[in-house]
Amino acid sequence: MMNHLPVIIPVALLFFAFITFLCGLWRRSLLFPLSLTGISVSLAAAVLGLVRVLQYGPLHYFLGGWAPPLGIEYVLDNLSAFMSVLVLLVAFLSMIYSRQSFLKEVPDKINALYPLLLLMLAGMAGIIVTGDLFNVYVFLEIASLTAYAVMGIGNDKAPVAVIRYIILGTVGACFYLLGVGFLYFVTGSLNMADVASLLPGLYGSRLVIAAAVFIVIGAGLKMALFPFHIWLPDVYTYAPSGVITFVAPLMTKVGAYILIRMVVTVFLPEYLNNTLPIMSIISWLAAAGIIVGSVMAIAQKDLRRMLAYSSVAQISYIALGIGLANPLGLIGALLHVLNHAFMKGCLFQVSGGIRYCTGLWQIPQFRGLGRRMPWTMAAFTVAAISMVGIPPAAGFFSKWYLVLGSVQADNWIFVAVIVLSSLLNAVYFFRVLEKVYLGEPGENPAVTAAVDPPGSMVMPMITLAAGIIILGVINAVIVTNILQPIASSLS
Amino acid sequence: MLHHLLDQYPYYLSTILLALGLWGMFAKHNLMKKLIGMNIFQVSIILLFISSAAKFGGTVPTFDPTIGAADPALYANPLPHVLMLTAIVVMVATTGVALAFLLIIYRRYHTLDEQEILRRMREP
Amino acid sequence: METFYSIHPLIALLIPLIAIGLIVLSGRRPNIREFWTLAASIAMFGTIFLMLPDVLSGRYPGISLLNVSPGISLAFTVDTAGIIFGLCASALWIATSVYSIGYMRTLAEKKQTRYYAFFALCLASVVGIAFSANLLTFVLFYEILTIATYPLVIHKETPGAISAGRKYLAYLLTGGLALIAAAALTYHYAGSLDFRSGGFLSNLPGEPNLMLLFVLFLIGFGMKSALIPFHSWLPTAMIAPTPVSALLHAVAVVNAGVFGFVRLVGYIFGPQLFHDIGAWQILSIMAAVTIIISSLLAMFQDNLKRRLAYSTIGHLSYIVLGVSLLSADAWVGGVIHLVNHAVLKITLFFCAGAIYARTHVENISELNGMGKQMPITMGVFTLAAIGLVGIPPLNGFISKWFLGQGALDSGLWIYMGLLLLSGLLNAGYFFPIVRRAFFMTSEKRTRVSEASAFMVVPLVVTAALALMLGLVPDGIFHFFKLASDTATSIFSGVAR
Repeated sequence: MMNHLPVIIPVALLFFAFITFLCGLWRRSLLFPLSLTGISVSLAAAVLGLVRVLQYGPLHYFLGGWAPPLGIEYVLDNLSAFMSVLVLLVAFLSMIYSRQSFLKEVPDKINALYPLLLLMLAGMAGIIVTGDLFNVYVFLEIASLTAYAVMGIGNDKAPVAVIRYIILGTVGACFYLLGVGFLYFVTGSLNMADVASLLPGLYGSRLVIAAAVFIVIGAGLKMALFPFHIWLPDVYTYAPSGVITFVAPLMTKVGAYILIRMVVTVFLPEYLNNTLPIMSIISWLAAAGIIVGSVMAIAQKDLRRMLAYSSVAQISYIALGIGLANPLGLIGALLHVLNHAFMKGCLFQVSGGIRYCTGLWQIPQFRGLGRRMPWTMAAFTVAAISMVGIPPAAGFFSKWYLVLGSVQADNWIFVAVIVLSSLLNAVYFFRVLEKVYLGEPGENPAVTAAVDPPGSMVMPMITLAAGIIILGVINAVIVTNILQPIASSLS
Repeated sequence: MLHHLLDQYPYYLSTILLALGLWGMFAKHNLMKKLIGMNIFQVSIILLFISSAAKFGGTVPTFDPTIGAADPALYANPLPHVLMLTAIVVMVATTGVALAFLLIIYRRYHTLDEQEILRRMREP
Repeated sequence: METFYSIHPLIALLIPLIAIGLIVLSGRRPNIREFWTLAASIAMFGTIFLMLPDVLSGRYPGISLLNVSPGISLAFTVDTAGIIFGLCASALWIATSVYSIGYMRTLAEKKQTRYYAFFALCLASVVGIAFSANLLTFVLFYEILTIATYPLVIHKETPGAISAGRKYLAYLLTGGLALIAAAALTYHYAGSLDFRSGGFLSNLPGEPNLMLLFVLFLIGFGMKSALIPFHSWLPTAMIAPTPVSALLHAVAVVNAGVFGFVRLVGYIFGPQLFHDIGAWQILSIMAAVTIIISSLLAMFQDNLKRRLAYSTIGHLSYIVLGVSLLSADAWVGGVIHLVNHAVLKITLFFCAGAIYARTHVENISELNGMGKQMPITMGVFTLAAIGLVGIPPLNGFISKWFLGQGALDSGLWIYMGLLLLSGLLNAGYFFPIVRRAFFMTSEKRTRVSEASAFMVVPLVVTAALALMLGLVPDGIFHFFKLASDTATSIFSGVAR
């Protein structure tokens, strides 16, 4: 039974996706409970998997009983167990949150929405647990297609934004496929571990270099690394608010996971740095992305668009950590994956909550909301403080490791970039906090009539906010037990 | 030179198609043409994979009792074909989703020109 | 000099944190809420005072909590330098709490629960900074202090207050971020961040790298210490209510900055290394420039609190100068001045606030004849001003004496001259106030009385404390012995 854990995680979600769809046709009230059950089953499997992996080492599952390298293998090691728990936990909280939001914004579409969301999560979970390169492509496209569909529901601006996402996302996935193809041509295998053992003898081959470049560009497009981020702001702004709380914290992280997996397990950083300076290019693009994202965020008046550009900057932190190619940098990147999922999940939930209660998006109109929506704004404050990087919230610690990693790499420019961007983050977040807490809610009737959203929406926000503080305080536990073993393969 | 071209022509063809597809996706303003560019782009990758599966003197990769299973060089490589079946399905699904969105956009904006749509979208 | 496990430092930290919850819960009943503040301040002071005998005999209470980064834990050690800062801040919190009751109620300020709650959080951060055993713990609480003081600075929520708050955050967050970079560098060079008397950095990384590290620390600590050119947030922050200016911007926040310099020179770099890389010259010159310019600027301020702010900037640099001159006497003078200036400056701010609460007078030009109307307040003001000028028998003289001795020891006559000059400049901006209050008559006919007892009693008590520290420097708190113990532990083994 324990050996089946890696496969239960995506398969349970797939199974429940179909059950939810069928039962939803029969009774609409079953949609939410069934979806929640599906996510809970996968979450339980993921948590159990993490515990087992920490105690006994990696878990392998051979799909259909066919052994690798010919068969497809699902692996739960430190990295995939960590990511799957993270993704499913945030998805669980988002599912609880978005029930009311869906009922208010897109009530006629929920029949299709819940199954598609479960399929998307199944795709994400599949990417994380699989140990086969082509399997990643399949699950990536499952996740992406359902994400396209789900983000385009709603108002009339969403489809246009999604078209650009479709085009760029497909280019990304296809580049990844091309890279995998080249790796297959040269090694004859599609299994990650197998390719990793075959690659060292082939380092001179130009095909491998081309494969590496294509895979990195593909993953970069999916994770919105600068300058491939252009699809992100529009999509995050116009998608329905319940949907965006699912997609925003998770989709780009999965892209980052693909990049990390390729770098840590398949290729190795010395290879990537010796032939083409791919890692340096990633880190410099990331540094540019941090600055550009933060500066663009300052210029925004729409809360969602500000959070979208902020996401670009935060993803670039993760990419910077990966590009530094030293253990501390990778630990910083992985910890930031965790922290950012929580922080952005909380922030988008707050933004959706404001929309739910007041219908407002524009920051200048938020005057005085702090008094009327105390719990919501408290969660926002905690998340904002964490984004700026103030202890004891979690954001401080991931930046701390990134700075340590940059110092170890002797790169002072990155240290300056990380430090300065915290100031830029402070500018746009404190501007919102000032508006919210220090204004009188005089004129706008929407604001004066506002209350906190219903409990099912507020509880996930508060849980995420509390989680941010807890993660900050216990970060050393996570780092020592889960993340350091992953990074030690780099040193 | 000719020898080289005759040996490598599938790869050059794929590259040209890939470039054509990318050009179509990014340079054309009409959304439908972008979609067609995307299709061409995906098809080029499929072609590349399949052309890598061919072998001189290899036959269709289904088991033929007269040839036997001893010598793999007598069959074309089935793995890329299988992978590309999946990729073709993905391509069709993506095209379907994209076409559905194009339909919604057309119904709303009555045009498929990207600049025009963006202009109308930016208006509050 | 040994460290033993004790839960007292943690209790001292937890008391104000628990008080925050109690204050927020009793927000609707002001008397209970104020009771919690007073109880917490007295309890915290008591806890720290109880640790004093151990620290005096060389046994330092310490406790190490969970790891916050692999290899670095959230750890507290109460050593001689830390307990000086801790005692000073907690004792003055008691006085400020009583004073706040009078001030806030006389002016009927709004949002008092928020005020008292964040005040407690600030004091918790100060205790964290004072007792931190390693640089990462220090940085953590340093950042929390910046954020915790922000709602107090913008308390009035007027547009002026909000923009002052923005400037405050901009300066102090920049400093905090420079400090984070400095901490990362230090960890990279030394492999550890634990404070050790005499310093734990060695000369291995080479001089240019150590100078870069010093510059980062300079920005980080210099912001909170209001060294010129990082000083301009302090006068702007005077827009906060007077108890905030008194405790936070004359005692807690700025003392955290200079305490940072104490830790930097004594416990991170160490005097030998600090001397070898030449950083001491930069720091002492910056301190000297700050002293002179701030005293000159003080003379041109009409707003009483702004004049006191510039005076604070100058006196903070006394402490920085004492730390940077790298002689045992100067060190004692600087560290003692941390306490002396805090007590004297808080008295002056208390007086300014009492005047404002009773008469809404903010400017010195309107203070004519105040001496006749509020004799106790202005009398105490005069006493504290005399103390800051450095005239015996008040405590300001003690710190100046030792600073001067230290300057002479290092053979730097110019700093001795600087101290004398600055004393004259202090007189130059304080005595006009005294003159106006006592020797000029005002045209106003309305008579006012002293401010409420809640405000007058604390300012008399702090002035009396200043007098006592001047007459018996090693009085109840043994500040003097603590300061000289600090100097001994740092300078032992330094070839000078």
